[in-house]
Amino acid sequence: MTTAEAPVQRPRGRSRITAFTNSWASQIGITVAFVALWAAFIIGAPTTFLSDRIYLAFAQTTPYFAIVALFLTMVIIAGDIDLSFISIMSLSLVGFVFTWQATGSVELGVIACIASGALCGLFNGLIVTIIGIPSLVVTIGTQFLFAGLALVLVNGKSYPLVDTTSSVSYGLLAGKIGTIPIQFFWLIALAVFAWVLLNRHRLGQNAYVVGDNPQAAQLMGIPIKRTRITLFVLVGMASALAALMNAFSLTNFYPNLGSGYLLQGLAAVFVGGTSVFGGRGTIYGTFLGAFMIGAIEAGIIAVGLSGYYTGAVYGAVILAAVSIHAVLQRRFE
Amino acid sequence: MSADERASSRQPTLPTDPVLAALEPAASAPAQGVKRLELRHVSKSFGGVRVLQDVSLELATGEVVGLLGDNGAGKSTLIKIITGVHQPDEGEIYFGGQRVTGMDVQRARALGVETVFQERALADQLPLWRNIFMGRPVAGPLGFLKVGEMRRSTEELMGESMGFTSAILTPNTNVKGLSGGERQGLAIVRALHFRAEIVILDEPTMGLSLKETEKLLHFVEGIRAAGKSAIFIDHNIFHVYSVSDRIVLLDRGRVAGQFVTSRYSLAELMDIMREVAATGAYTENERYRNKEELPQPTTGTGEERS
Repeated sequence: MTTAEAPVQRPRGRSRITAFTNSWASQIGITVAFVALWAAFIIGAPTTFLSDRIYLAFAQTTPYFAIVALFLTMVIIAGDIDLSFISIMSLSLVGFVFTWQATGSVELGVIACIASGALCGLFNGLIVTIIGIPSLVVTIGTQFLFAGLALVLVNGKSYPLVDTTSSVSYGLLAGKIGTIPIQFFWLIALAVFAWVLLNRHRLGQNAYVVGDNPQAAQLMGIPIKRTRITLFVLVGMASALAALMNAFSLTNFYPNLGSGYLLQGLAAVFVGGTSVFGGRGTIYGTFLGAFMIGAIEAGIIAVGLSGYYTGAVYGAVILAAVSIHAVLQRRFE
Repeated sequence: MSADERASSRQPTLPTDPVLAALEPAASAPAQGVKRLELRHVSKSFGGVRVLQDVSLELATGEVVGLLGDNGAGKSTLIKIITGVHQPDEGEIYFGGQRVTGMDVQRARALGVETVFQERALADQLPLWRNIFMGRPVAGPLGFLKVGEMRRSTEELMGESMGFTSAILTPNTNVKGLSGGERQGLAIVRALHFRAEIVILDEPTMGLSLKETEKLLHFVEGIRAAGKSAIFIDHNIFHVYSVSDRIVLLDRGRVAGQFVTSRYSLAELMDIMREVAATGAYTENERYRNKEELPQPTTGTGEERS
């Protein structure tokens, strides 16, 4: 502990490799799983998975839940969870529709939508931290609350968004760059942003500590409540953005638009190796996890299985990936 | 051990211990004997239970105060008030003679209070460097971390101060794999890396081997030698007695007595502790009355007991 030995020269070579494997075990695991699944699809359906069309489809559909999953990863690392993001998607779009219809400006509508998402996240965060209820319970409640509010506010109606297609915002959120859907570039940019926030910013440092050891966080003076609230707000904003992309590309808003994404978003995070107990997780893992989850449905059809297999294969992939993480973790740490 | 032996073992020595290399020299270097910390009439309740009642405590520069008391005596609460985790309901806190209000952990750390906590306060799944800089990362104005700098500092501290020589350990190693002694070393180095003026050790010998405990006690001696102050909390009276200048005995949320260790033998102290445990107070026992001209804060450099 306090010996007087001079600093020793650390041996290079093998031990360096071991150290590398130890600290990257999780990332290596998810990469192997990702490549294995991909290889399985290529072998099973070479014509589909060796052409670019399927990847262009993934590039558009995966970001809808992957963007939320990036920030959900940070919430889960901090020891919380947010099950309400699918309803934030709906409610924030109500903010868009109302503002757009009232002002005639799509851009103002976009701002209102993101702000509504942030407010929903703030609401979650405040209830979790100030009243002190576990986020699992709170966000089950707000999942119903936000979805219910969305339904009530628009009276259950859907709104065509065809008139938005000429706007700048539409091009930015649902257009294409060349042949590649712009959603994919948003996903890449936000993944980089989330990675920097998590690994190179105070917020991420604090999120890891809060999730790993809340008591230590308190003793070391980390602003626990502020950290948790900020992360919920980020998920809210990401949900709103993803919802806008989704609604724009469908040119339609319907109040239960987000409902399909709950399990996909959560699965992406956990397949990516993030611990449900907090303190552990990576953006890289969630990014690959999202594409694994996003590819399964199309992959099953392409391989020639009936769509009925989808659920079973989802389950198998999720369990396999999570098991790999558990085994690697025990082996290397 | 005899009083002479103890006195000689406490001769102020230069900080040869490399851990103390991490100690910055006292920035403002106040004169010896200045009250580094003073609590006046501090009370604290949790949910109607009075955990601390009218507690006053002084800590001089270069002094090591041992805090003894049974479970529930209020030791941990007292520590958490000094470190800003809890705010007192009543009473005043002075640092270097200046009253401080609105204490929180950040404020306490800015005032030079560093704590080695009983729970170790480490995040298991995070690498060493994130633990060293927990709650106080090196960051730019927008909050972006200077990771390279923190990794380098950690690597230096590992070699020089923690004596971590295993090739497997790098600044990126997770804390999970460390031994009890290594974890305690990490917690201590973390406390000292940031210009500590008052080091608080909360049950630091818990879970340590004999050899590690010896090193720890030696380290506490080093804190004194470097002119810093320390509060040492331990269940084990032998450990507390061997390194403290003064022992403060807490019982059921009150200060039951204060004893300059050079004036009491270990046997006498244990006698008093038994009495306090039985009666809840130390009642001017006949046998020790002649010693009760104290307590006064001592300078703690060891002269007064030679």
